[in-house]
Amino acid sequence: MPPEALRCKECRTEYPLEARYVCEQCFGPLEVRYASRAGLDPAELRRRIEAGPYSMWRYADFLPVEHPHSALAAGWTPLIRADRLARELGLGELWVKNDAANPTHSFKDRVVSVALARAQELGFTTIACASTGNLANAVAAHASAAGLESFVFIPSDLEEQKVLATGIYGTNLVAVRGNYDDVNRLCTELAGEHEWAFVNINMRPYYAEGSKTLAFEIAEQLGFALPDRVVGPIASGSLFTKLARGFEEWIEAGLLEGSLPTFNGAQAAGCSPVATAFAEGRDHCRPVKPETIAKSLAIGNPADGPYALDLARRTGGSIDAVTDEEIVDGIRLLAQTTGIFTETAGGVTIAVLRALAERGDIDASERVVAVITGEGLKTLECARGTFEAWEIDARAESFEQAHESRLGAVAA
Amino acid sequence: MPVNVKIPTQLRAATDGEAVAVVDGTTVAEVLDALYERFGDLKARIADDDGLRRFVNVYVGGEDIRFLDGLATAVADGAEVTILPAVAGGQ
Repeated sequence: MPPEALRCKECRTEYPLEARYVCEQCFGPLEVRYASRAGLDPAELRRRIEAGPYSMWRYADFLPVEHPHSALAAGWTPLIRADRLARELGLGELWVKNDAANPTHSFKDRVVSVALARAQELGFTTIACASTGNLANAVAAHASAAGLESFVFIPSDLEEQKVLATGIYGTNLVAVRGNYDDVNRLCTELAGEHEWAFVNINMRPYYAEGSKTLAFEIAEQLGFALPDRVVGPIASGSLFTKLARGFEEWIEAGLLEGSLPTFNGAQAAGCSPVATAFAEGRDHCRPVKPETIAKSLAIGNPADGPYALDLARRTGGSIDAVTDEEIVDGIRLLAQTTGIFTETAGGVTIAVLRALAERGDIDASERVVAVITGEGLKTLECARGTFEAWEIDARAESFEQAHESRLGAVAA
Repeated sequence: MPVNVKIPTQLRAATDGEAVAVVDGTTVAEVLDALYERFGDLKARIADDDGLRRFVNVYVGGEDIRFLDGLATAVADGAEVTILPAVAGGQ
């Protein structure tokens, strides 16, 4: 099923498979259109997948690249049955897809792999991005691994861990005085003037396709079966909508039976343009100025907002927002019930999962998947103040004394 | 009052290749109307009956007009208006 063209999601105008992302007729977003899958044998497709490498490239038949390869292998991350978390929330069958287990510790390795492979096919030697951190890490690392020049643009107030974990790869790191939407605007302007592959701008149709591999993996790891419900974070809305696209493509290809799961989107209350539009019954988002600890979700002007709204509505789902306090509680709850330490975006997802469970939206018979997109070590600051260490002298009595008083404190 | 409008590459086919157009206007709406008048193909690409299409962003001095007064946002003499596609982004 080779890719055949880029097509406008709005007016359907088609373009060649180049580095372009906007329809010149109506300014709508472009996406990849593939050759028809009609007539393909699902059993053969499945054999090809199962014979592939243990990385996202095992799904190369569904990706817009001619040479499926990357120097850093992304994907094939664990899908973990989270029984203790399920019990805590009163749910039945709950799975956590831990995409922190990627080369640069977030799902961004998937999208960058596809964008970079396609950029190289198109002859680009410089890769760039506008990022809130995770994408910065991934672009810098993958560019180094492939021997390409890179430019990474970030808001100057980004978490230190994400800045350090980007700069170390030797990228040209540009800290922009402003928020992510300012960085994005700047890069959109620059993308028109430089012969660079901006992974989330002029390479966006290819980049976005990488997110489908998360859905493919979830389905394959469930034994080529669909979940009933997916709970995932929304920033630009690209991942959220491409998860659905992944399931849809496999249903069309005969690899999965059933219908699209219910989709629940998760946002931080301090940056919830999509959740607000959902609550108000609107089909478009009003931009906001982000103010939240969940910086990896702090996009005030989400490009795929309208499509995320449509997806949540047509699958009977919702888009909810949670406070910074609930986000930290979500991080702690996941860590203490599954051993997975996630960043703030994962805290948003778990907090929304909890809210859905408490609201009674999730039936006990449902198979639910929560998508964890990033690693807790990148937003360490959020763990501060959530616990206290016992400081003692290096003597047995000192420990026993502290233990005693600690037990007393717990008993009281 | 002359205003500088930065034209994105995707629209330059409609502006005879011009990257910056200088037009007169005191509000964003007037500036856009002046642009539409000069470049006949432009309006259909970025506007529909309800105003600007939903994937078009307009900035005055780097600020999104939806945080200002929308199409009624005032533009000063010599101000910079930027038209950009809204479909970029991802974390």
